[in-house]
Parts: sequence; C-alpha cells; structure tokens
Amino acid sequence: MDKQKITFTLNHEKREEYIDPRASLSEVLRGEFSLTSVKHGCNVGECGACTVLIDGETFNSCIYLAIWADGKDVLTLEGLSDVNGNISDIQQAFIDEGAIQCGFCTPGFIMSSLPIIESPRTFTRDEIRKQISGNFCRCTGYETIVNAIEKTANSRHKAK
Amino acid sequence: MYDFEKIYQPKTIEQALKLKAEHPEALILAGGSDILIKTRSGKLAGSTVISIYGLDELRGVCIEDDGTILIRPLTSFSHITANPIIAKYIPVLGEAVDQVGGPQIRNIGTIGGNICNGVTSADSASTLKAYDAVLEIASVDGIRILPYAEFNLGPGKVDLHPNEILTGIRIPKDSYENTYGQYIKYSQRNAMDIATLGCSVNVRLSADCKTVERLRIAFGVAAPTPIRALSAEKAATGAQVNESLMETVASNAILDVNPRTSWRASKEFRMQLISELSRRATRAAVEKAGGKF
Ligand SMILES: Cc1cc2nc3c(=O)[nH]c(=O)nc-3n(C[C@H](O)[C@H](O)[C@H](O)COP(=O)(O)OP(=O)(O)OC[C@H]3O[C@@H](n4cnc5c(N)ncnc54)[C@H](O)[C@@H]3O)c2cc1C
Ligand code: FES
Ligand code: FES
Repeated sequence: MDKQKITFTLNHEKREEYIDPRASLSEVLRGEFSLTSVKHGCNVGECGACTVLIDGETFNSCIYLAIWADGKDVLTLEGLSDVNGNISDIQQAFIDEGAIQCGFCTPGFIMSSLPIIESPRTFTRDEIRKQISGNFCRCTGYETIVNAIEKTANSRHKAK
Repeated sequence: MYDFEKIYQPKTIEQALKLKAEHPEALILAGGSDILIKTRSGKLAGSTVISIYGLDELRGVCIEDDGTILIRPLTSFSHITANPIIAKYIPVLGEAVDQVGGPQIRNIGTIGGNICNGVTSADSASTLKAYDAVLEIASVDGIRILPYAEFNLGPGKVDLHPNEILTGIRIPKDSYENTYGQYIKYSQRNAMDIATLGCSVNVRLSADCKTVERLRIAFGVAAPTPIRALSAEKAATGAQVNESLMETVASNAILDVNPRTSWRASKEFRMQLISELSRRATRAAVEKAGGKF
C-alpha cells in the first residue's frame, strides 16, 4: 500500500513520517522511531503494555492506526526524561517502591499513571486502581505500583 | 500491520457516504476496538475499511432547541462520561459507559460502534433503550430516523443498509426529563470484562415521591439482543413506592427475557441475575429520585 505522510508532535518535537496506512501506532513508534518503551504484549487492547498518551489521554497504541495520529500530540515514556536523560519522579518512584520486577509492563503503567499524577485533584487508592485497570502486570501483584503512583501524586501535590 | 485490502479516509461525512455507496461491502471503522481486534484474529482480515475516526463533525454532545439531547456517534465513552450535558440530564448513561473495559478502551471506543456492532452485552445499549433513543442514519439518499427499539435484528445484526452510516443518537426531552437512573453491570471482574448481565432502570416519581409515574427497564445479555422489559414497565406504572415495588418489577421482568447459557454463565444463573439486578437497580433509581422505602 502507498505510504502516507503524517505530521505530529512526538515527545515534544514536531515530526513528519511516511507510513503505511495499515500500520498501528505502536509499530511505527517502535519500528520507525525506535521508541522501544512501547511494548507489544497482546496486540489486541487487553494488556496496556503499549500505552501512550495522545492529546493527554491514554490509548493502547497497538489498536490505534498510525494515520490517526496525524496532527496529534503523542507522548511515550521516552518523553518523560529531561534533556540530560534524567528520569522523572514517577519512574524513580517505581524503582524505589519495588514496583518493577521483569519491567515489561512498567512503561505502560507509568503512562497510565500520568493522568493521575498530573491531575489537580487527589485520587483515592481505589480510583488509582481503576485508572490502571487496563494494564496487566504478571509479576508485582499491583500493590507496589499503586504505592509508587500514590507517592508521586502526593509529593507533586505538596510541591505545589 | 493490519491486514486491510484497502483503507479509505474520507475528510467529510459527504465523502464517507459517497464511499460507502460506492463500496457497500466496506466496513465502517470508528474507534476500531471491535474491527481491529477481529482483523488481527483473522475473522475480518482482508477487509476494505472506511475510517471515519478523523471526522470530528461526528463527535460531541449537544442540546437541540426542543431539549432533545443529541449524541454524535464517534463520541468516546470517556467523553460521554465527562460531558456536562450527560452528567446533568442522563448521568446513568455516563456511569454505564464508565464500566466499559478499562481507561484506554473508554478513550478509543465510541458509543456509535457500541450499538452498531449489535452485541447484547454492549454497556450503553440498555440505558439507550430505556431512554427511547432515536437514531439518525444517513446515506447518499438522505437521512432516515429510526427508533433504537427497532434497530437490533438479531445477535450482531442491526438495521443498517450497506450504504448507511449512523450519524446521531437522540434522546427526547420527555423521555429523560425528571428521571433518575441506575445501571448495574454484573461481570466476573471489575474491569476489562464484558457483562454477564446488565440492567438499566430509570424512574419518574410523582411530586410527593410516593408513586411511580413511569419506570423504564432494559437489559443486556438477557436475550440475544439488548431488550426492554415492557411487562415490568407496565406493572410498575402507577405503583406505590414501597418494598413490594421491587417484587413487582422483578417478577414481571423475568417474563420478558430469554437468556442463554454461555461459558460465562448458565441460563438459570442469568435468570437469577435478572431478578436480583431488577430489584437492586429499581431500589437505587427510586432512592435517587427521592423515594423512600
Ligand atoms: C479489551 C476490550 C474490552 C472491551 N470491553 C467492553 C465492555 O466492557 N463493554 C462493551 O460494551 N464493549 C467492550 N468492548 C467492545 C468495544 O470497545 C465497544 O463495543 C466499542 O463501543 C466499539 O466501538 P468502536 O468505535 O471502537 O468500534 P469499531 O470496531 O470501529 O466499530 C464497531 C462496529 O460498529 C460499526 N460502526 C461503528 N461506528 C459506526 C457508524 N457511525 N455507523 C455505522 N456503523 C458503525 C463498525 O462497522 C463495526 O461493525 C471491549 C473491547 C476491547 C478490545
Ligand atoms: S499490546 Fe497493546 S494492549 Fe496489549
Ligand atoms: S513487572 Fe513483570 S509484568 Fe509487571
């Protein structure tokens, strides 16, 4: 199929790319942009390992056509580090709280947690669980993940 | 790579309708959370699709001059829940679709796709049935208005002609005005699972909150398609608000349904759920309306 040009913002930078209109966004992010934080777990919208933010909302990039990203603002985990490559507070909190074991699910969980930690309001633990309910982890048992998100949300609120 | 034979990307509704007329076999691709999954699994592999996801004119919710609420079909579940008009006038619809899948699915899944796929478990379906939703269906020949009550023809089958696209879902004012609703989804997990049974009730009480002026009740997975329980509605009309109301609704609801045994649950268990969820949803809706038991 003929390639098609899309123009979008990716991790704060304007990008142009010629893509196959049949490609999923996750394939393009991994294949064309080497953003390998975007994982291919199930490829059918069940596990959340491929979660990215598009215009501030969480999407499974495996079931999102790359052509739909034209004109949009896409953020992957790579876009969370600062210019010097230092990781963000939420990534550090996942390490500190032991919320990572094999790590395969981690980028997806962190992307899903952004609407919580960036929200002006406080989420209860149950609300945090609901916001990450589209992400599966086979290792941690989730408690440490909820702890990491809660801790980051609290410290950001205090800093404000 | 998704295995599409061809993908069309209309820029306007007119272009989409023209493409659908020229390619009646092509599938309308909205959020894709049904079609892309079935393309991956092979069931729909090799299809020609017309992606309407980019058509922003088909997104959003508004109130028309006569008070009718118009929901455009591409509105995502999360935008339905967050919409102030829905939250004010039919909050039960926002609560119902907030129980679909998980957050990512609610951000991509559209309400139009939810009813056009024709499945009985669709979480928006019972509430839309219970509120007499009316569908606006367009083709190159013009617009057809169809009560949602007549839309489902069988499991996975809806009354959409090969050249048609759903362009609007309307809820009339006299249907939603002064009503209070409750949706209960019974499923095996709290998230990422489709309903074993869904029940949506809404009521309008008399001014003194002692009599049921009108009660509406509809189910998902209680029959091969989403259905309203008309016997239960009739029996509840004019009933007193007291403990026996729940029994009236439940004992009549089971006359209207026709559930099946599936791997999720047996027919017998579903009958039990129909009766129990009828009671619980009725009680909750009446209490929201100010009724006391
Ligand atoms: C992991 C996962 C979990 C899910 N959980 C739930 C759940 O809990 N509850 C639930 O109800 N659903 C659930 N679903 C199913 C799905 O998300 C919904 O049915 C959703 O509403 C489909 O909408 P869509 O726009 O994404 O679908 P699409 O795949 O784009 O479309 C679905 C069908 O509708 C047709 N269609 C769509 N829009 C139009 C239109 N405007 N005019 C004519 N035809 C149209 C398409 O041709 C297709 O046949 C889940 C799906 C996944 C992948
Ligand atoms: S890889 Fe996308 S949801 Fe599993
Ligand atoms: S840490 Fe292994 S899947 Fe979550």
